[in-house]
Amino acid sequence: MTILEINNLNKSFGGLQAVQDVGFGVEEHRIKAVIGPNGAGKTTLFNLISGTLPFDSGSVVFKGEELRGLKPYQIAERGMARTYQNIKLFPGMSALENVMVGRHTRSRAGFVAGMLNLPATGREEAEIRGKAMELLGLLEIEHLADIEAGSLAFGQQRAVEFARALAAEPAMLLLDEPAAGLNMNETAEVARLISKIRDLGITVLLVEHDMSLVMDISDEIVVLSFGQKIAEDLPAAIQQNQEVIEIYLGGGDD
Amino acid sequence: MAALQYVTWQLPMTSELFLQYIFAGLTYGIIYAIVAIGFNIIYNTTGIINFAQGEFVMLGGMIAISLNPLMPLPLAIVLAVLITMMVGALIEIVFIRWLDKPSVLRLIIITIGISILIREAALHIWGEGIRSLPYFIGNEVSSVSILGTRISPQVLWVMGVCTVMVILLSLFFRYTLMGQKMQACAANRTAATLCGINTRNMVTLSFMLSAGIGALAGCVMSPITYTQYDGGTGLAIKGFTVAIMGGLGNSMGAVAAGLLLGLLEAFSVSVLPLAFQDAISISILLVILFVRPHGLFGRRDTAALKEF
Amino acid sequence: MKRFLPLLALLALVISIQLLTQWTGTTYYLTQLTMSGYYAVVIIGLCLLMGYAGQISLGHAGFFAIGGYMSAMLTTRNLISFQNQDWVVLLDKFGLLAARQDLYGEAILAFQPWLAALIAIVLAGTIALIIGIPVLKLKGHYLAMATLGFGIIVYRVFLASEIFGEADGISGVPGFPLLPGVIVTGSFGARVGNYYIAWTLVIVAMVMLINLINSRVGRALRAIHGAEEAANAMGIDTARYKLKTFVLSAVLAAVAGVFLTHYNGGIGPSEAGVMKSVRYVALVAVGGMANLWGALIMGVTLNFLSLRGFFGSYDDAVFGAILIVIMLFAPEGLLRLNLAAKLKKLFSGGSRK
Ligand SMILES: Nc1ncnc2c1ncn2[C@@H]1O[C@H](COP(=O)(O)OP(=O)(O)O)[C@@H](O)[C@H]1O
Ligand SMILES: [Mg+2]
Repeated sequence: MTILEINNLNKSFGGLQAVQDVGFGVEEHRIKAVIGPNGAGKTTLFNLISGTLPFDSGSVVFKGEELRGLKPYQIAERGMARTYQNIKLFPGMSALENVMVGRHTRSRAGFVAGMLNLPATGREEAEIRGKAMELLGLLEIEHLADIEAGSLAFGQQRAVEFARALAAEPAMLLLDEPAAGLNMNETAEVARLISKIRDLGITVLLVEHDMSLVMDISDEIVVLSFGQKIAEDLPAAIQQNQEVIEIYLGGGDD
Repeated sequence: MAALQYVTWQLPMTSELFLQYIFAGLTYGIIYAIVAIGFNIIYNTTGIINFAQGEFVMLGGMIAISLNPLMPLPLAIVLAVLITMMVGALIEIVFIRWLDKPSVLRLIIITIGISILIREAALHIWGEGIRSLPYFIGNEVSSVSILGTRISPQVLWVMGVCTVMVILLSLFFRYTLMGQKMQACAANRTAATLCGINTRNMVTLSFMLSAGIGALAGCVMSPITYTQYDGGTGLAIKGFTVAIMGGLGNSMGAVAAGLLLGLLEAFSVSVLPLAFQDAISISILLVILFVRPHGLFGRRDTAALKEF
Repeated sequence: MKRFLPLLALLALVISIQLLTQWTGTTYYLTQLTMSGYYAVVIIGLCLLMGYAGQISLGHAGFFAIGGYMSAMLTTRNLISFQNQDWVVLLDKFGLLAARQDLYGEAILAFQPWLAALIAIVLAGTIALIIGIPVLKLKGHYLAMATLGFGIIVYRVFLASEIFGEADGISGVPGFPLLPGVIVTGSFGARVGNYYIAWTLVIVAMVMLINLINSRVGRALRAIHGAEEAANAMGIDTARYKLKTFVLSAVLAAVAGVFLTHYNGGIGPSEAGVMKSVRYVALVAVGGMANLWGALIMGVTLNFLSLRGFFGSYDDAVFGAILIVIMLFAPEGLLRLNLAAKLKKLFSGGSRK
């Protein structure tokens, strides 16, 4: 079943057409990768899907619902979570608190409940905390729980951001270059983790530069160049695709 | 701020009265434009909105008033402008220059603090009383006839001096090396630094310049609007309104917006009690902020490039 | 519960100060401590908005004044000359009006303080809601100027309206009977009782705000402050949270305004002035922005000194200087400087982390 369906998506910044007539579908419980040289429009595409930027024309249908005009938080409420290419943690909050924020859509205490600290609110807090700790455990960073997010090492920040996105128990996860800036060991770790996430039943849409990672774990690959989709196929086929090879050799990327 | 005294409201709108309103509006309008340009100069080089901008105007007037008994009026004014420019430079050097990537909130609060200190200092030095410079030519009752209506020559002084300032400033930014360097800072500080421009000094200069034009405006307007220690806040709000209306950073826009606001205010006197006059410009400010934060004349996408 | 230990300490402090003044015969200090308490309610509310949600307001004195002025106007406006008109009769029949005599023995028929307070607070909250929707879309300088502009309009309206007493403000405001025998009033005999009323309000407000910042909502607010875009992408309706926080802090300011006005027996336009708003911001800043206890401690201390006339004619200048010095040298607030950090660990309930 297709969980995400993108049709003829367009976005321009002034004169620059950053995303042009892009369309593809993502099957449920799969890992789909979007690759392409720097500036190809991958991050912009993610921003359009997650509602961070409005698109000019086209459509994004998630779980059968058109997302046009929805705010990012509304899209998150519908089961989509994301990470950022240049990590956006909440500074001044601990790693644990960051992940707890990720539980927002899965909890409900509002202003009144919060001010009165009702018993039910206390129970919910405990549940949020428990779940967040569990996720820190999954990523093997429980020991960092109380450390301020901004003072963590780069790799650790990535892990926290991962945990934060997972805390929402999303149906779909958008990962923007999750291995950027990581060493080989960490990258392998991330690859295992993404497969594990897929096995948990979460659909993954992934932007990544590390070809070995992409080829290893993706079920399908979309290639963007200058905002346009130039190929969509299985990893093995993409590796043989002449146009793709040319772009990657001539594009001066990486 | 005291309204122009000779405009009394509730008179039938004769063509004579109409012209009076026009002149009153233009006089205040050009002053607002100068304050707005003061905001713009600092904003362009630093990204700071200097909440103490109105205090420069007050300070210029007050200093000139104090110096006037000791020396000829023109000299007093020149000295007042120079002293206010020093104050502007000092503020930048003492409070702003050494901050490392300060947040907007921090800068807002610091410049608000500065404006309070200047105002309180003025209160302790000059007291609460309303003061004014003498009329540059003649006195309260002298007038010249223009288009069949009689207006005070001081009105012409205000309009003349402010117009000359606007023209000189735009020439300065366009044709002098210093002005172009400041423009370069405005466009891209990092690039400007790389080109060997001392951006820090440009910032100091922008504070001096904006203090200087504020002070001069404060001097020429003093005979008709009077000078009081707390006159800066109202001026700052209106100047800011005008700066926003014209598009933040756009000085020609500020002139047009200033005249527009001045005229609106002048004519509002005929329908609204004086006390609500300030509320008008603030309401305009609020509406513009909500509807067109990039200004009446600006383009949305160029405004979007600026960081707030 | 750990987070309430400091509150117990505060309660103990409040009681011991009262006993101390009793013992040393200095109960006159209680008057300024009562007033400082009410101002502190404004300040901790603003602390939630500025420190936690990250939204500056240079118009909070406006909300305080709306609360105070409305309550004052409704409880002093004499309806006796309308007493035969239908609407007055109707209001009276529902027990919404109170008859009393003023100082000169003149009969006064005006709104019940309870109703007046309610109307005042609801009005302040509604105004906050209405202006908050557009204002909170703005950021940085724009937000600062827009809230400042709002504050100035409120000030001008009170200053220029005959019904609000113009430059004189409103005096002769009656006491506010909260419960039988518990009256918010400045009358001499009620000094000790009113000290406790004010500080009960402070403690109640503190409990609610401490609960709030330690809840899901508090986390969401800090997330908005830290990285608004990411917060939104995590499912937080950022606009709504900011708005609710704005309204909540406006309501707290209005409540303080109502109480202090009944305590003082009047209110004047300076309460709505820009300097008041700036002062509230200054006190939140000295307290350390995202630090309720800091805001409370600094707010009460400095307001107390100010009310005692400690700063003389340099009152406003002192707050201006405080603003600059804090923002230049300790933007995290005084209490964040290392020595206090240790103390703060003990009292870590209210401040974050
Ligand atoms: N907010 C924006 N405003 C203007 N241009 C943008 C913006 N975001 C991205 N771009 C431009 O769009 C193009 C695509 O960028 P991006 O989506 O970040 O590429 P990728 O993630 O594939 O490296 C680039 O040329 C970039 O400069
Ligand atoms: Mg990218």
